[in-house]
Amino acid sequence: MEHIISILVENKFGVLARVAGLFSARGYNIESLSVAPTLDPTTSRITIVTAGDERIIEQIMKQLNKVVEVLEVVDLTQTRFLDRETALVKVNTKPEHREEAVRIADIFRAKIVDSSSTTYTIEITGDVDKVEALINMLKPLGIKELIRTGRIGISRETTRTASPRREPALLKY
Amino acid sequence: MKISGAEIFCESLRREGVKTVFGLPGGVVLKIFDVLCQQKDIELVLTRHEQGAAHMAEGYAKATGKAGVVLVTSGPGMTNIVTGLADAYMDSVPLVAFTGQVSTDLIGNDAFQEADNVGISRPCTKHNVLVKDVNDLAQVIKEAFYIATSGRPGPVLVDIPKDVSTAKTEFKYPDRINLRGYNPTITGNKQQIQRAVEAVMQAKKPIIYVGGGAIFSNAADEVRELAEITQMPVTMTLMGLGSFPGTHSLSLGMLGMHGGYWSNMAMHHADLLIAVGARFDDRVTGKLSEFCPEARVIHIDIDPTSIRKTFHAHIPIVGDVKAVLKQMNVMLRSMDGNPAQVRGLRAPWLKQIGQWRSEHPLVYHQDDKTTKPQYVIEKLYELTKHQAIVATDVGQHQMFAAQYFKGTKPRTWLTSGGLGTMGFGFPAAIGAQKAFPEKLVVCVTSEGSFQMNLQELVTAAEHKLAVKIVLLNNGVHGMVRQWQDLFYEGRYSASVLGKMPDFVKLAEAYSIKGLRALKPGEVEPVLKEGLAHKGPVLMDIHTDPFENCYPMIPAGGAQHEMMLEDPPELNRGKKGGTPRRKVDEGDGVLPA
Repeated sequence: MEHIISILVENKFGVLARVAGLFSARGYNIESLSVAPTLDPTTSRITIVTAGDERIIEQIMKQLNKVVEVLEVVDLTQTRFLDRETALVKVNTKPEHREEAVRIADIFRAKIVDSSSTTYTIEITGDVDKVEALINMLKPLGIKELIRTGRIGISRETTRTASPRREPALLKY
Repeated sequence: MKISGAEIFCESLRREGVKTVFGLPGGVVLKIFDVLCQQKDIELVLTRHEQGAAHMAEGYAKATGKAGVVLVTSGPGMTNIVTGLADAYMDSVPLVAFTGQVSTDLIGNDAFQEADNVGISRPCTKHNVLVKDVNDLAQVIKEAFYIATSGRPGPVLVDIPKDVSTAKTEFKYPDRINLRGYNPTITGNKQQIQRAVEAVMQAKKPIIYVGGGAIFSNAADEVRELAEITQMPVTMTLMGLGSFPGTHSLSLGMLGMHGGYWSNMAMHHADLLIAVGARFDDRVTGKLSEFCPEARVIHIDIDPTSIRKTFHAHIPIVGDVKAVLKQMNVMLRSMDGNPAQVRGLRAPWLKQIGQWRSEHPLVYHQDDKTTKPQYVIEKLYELTKHQAIVATDVGQHQMFAAQYFKGTKPRTWLTSGGLGTMGFGFPAAIGAQKAFPEKLVVCVTSEGSFQMNLQELVTAAEHKLAVKIVLLNNGVHGMVRQWQDLFYEGRYSASVLGKMPDFVKLAEAYSIKGLRALKPGEVEPVLKEGLAHKGPVLMDIHTDPFENCYPMIPAGGAQHEMMLEDPPELNRGKKGGTPRRKVDEGDGVLPA
């Protein structure tokens, strides 16, 4: 099962290497990774999307918690959360396809952020389904290049809009 | 007044109470060594190889419980301690390793003797830091000692670039640590402990399984109290030996791959398993799917990652073993209104275990021709009156020592368990002897392991460290040869050590006393003479190259399916030649 793990760390060199090393040393795969400072410049937020059964995820969470510079570890998929990803898609636009590309972008409320005589670059932000749907729609036109940010996530403050999910797993015995 | 980074280093170590540093100098740490030689509080033990320094620091740390300190140079100096770091990481040994680094302006330039010290050591340290500013140095050192010795102990590496050791700043030793993300859990959750206590009171066939955690946490008294008030038998892992007296009537000795038949059978049939500072290592569990099939599991460990890593736990308790057992014992004492009732409840179980023990005790057959390694260990055990600190290397001799040397005190059994580092024993013994110059320190080793760090003979001689080296010389990598006999049709690929040095002459070359025992009758006199000698001694004791270590759970086998003796179809030395000389040829040097 897929998990989005949100890790608050001290903003120091080498911390990302230690976190990533925990995954690689155990043969766990990182599907996506994003890192940026938080409001407090001394800390950074690492968001990792990974997959594994319950035991593997429990072990990953515990190992992450053990790293000295890691301040907090949350498995967002065990909470009510919101996730987003941004993609930049450079799509080939033969003259007969330029209209179609604009139409598809419109449908997804995506923006054309760059254009040349033979390409458009489309920016899309949304959950993973939306991003992938757009990519699928654009494929027949010919995608020249695709860059994705990897997912970030945040917990929800209200319950009304989210699908009910399990409460956070009890990690401290 | 401003002082240099090197002076800050020495002053900080002094504040941490460090008396001994094991190390070897080099270009980028010259400034630190220069300051070291101008003060008297901290003694440097100059080793002949950095790996020796790392293992000495481990031996020192295991014997004392304090952090062992290593100081080496950049590049090869650092890469040479990697084995020691990995060993310490696996066995939770508190170590603080200081490595030199090229100047900050040269880092990344492939400068002379440059290596990515923090990068290389990251997966084998608990924590590591590159100090880029001399103003951070004191804080980093304080935190390094705190991290190394607290929680689940482990090695910490501090990388000091040359310009940081020479730069000057005001020195103020920090009085507090500042680690937001590090706060080990000490006391256990009360409700969990309550559940554990109830499980203990109900169990008919309980067993306590103690690992190294009980030693690091100084919980020997608590383990003993728990065992005695509840009449539960105690089995120990290789790392846990010494946490409970091997001579106690409730002691089952070691469990696992080469543990006693009775202890593995007891584990297999137990209805309650209390794991104390142990981590269900594969050498203990054997085949996981058939491990302790009937037991409810209480797992007490300070490291949450140890819990449910390989094996399930019904009642997990995160906390310091000593603190948790104390809590448990208090509850048990208040509940235990009728000790006789517990005694009655346990009696059939203890009787059953006793029966297993008498059915298949540890056995070997000593004749008057060839010395059995077990015989040497038994004699050594007798002659040292259980009082020695024993350091071992890795292999058959280590397992025999674990089986036959019934240690009674914690921190007297120094061995490489997790990483299984051949070459660990001798430098570890030197480190322990340095910590306790007056105590008897014995290194049980073999010709294979010993030759991996024998350069430290000179360190022992120079510092007059009276380590007694008992070298079980069978001319083969015994454990490898055993597996080749059992599982590779006796093809001795690279397990027969062709040429052998004359160990007695070798010792003498380092001005150390050398003794040799070729025959069983010579073993006791040699041990007596060696143990009585005032300085370091090397005792080259020739043993049976074909002796196998039993009981044995074959790799991947289930814990109750032990091999107890050589299988009848054993086909020795089928294709790869026979092991070495006939034992009585014994000038110590092999014919070519």
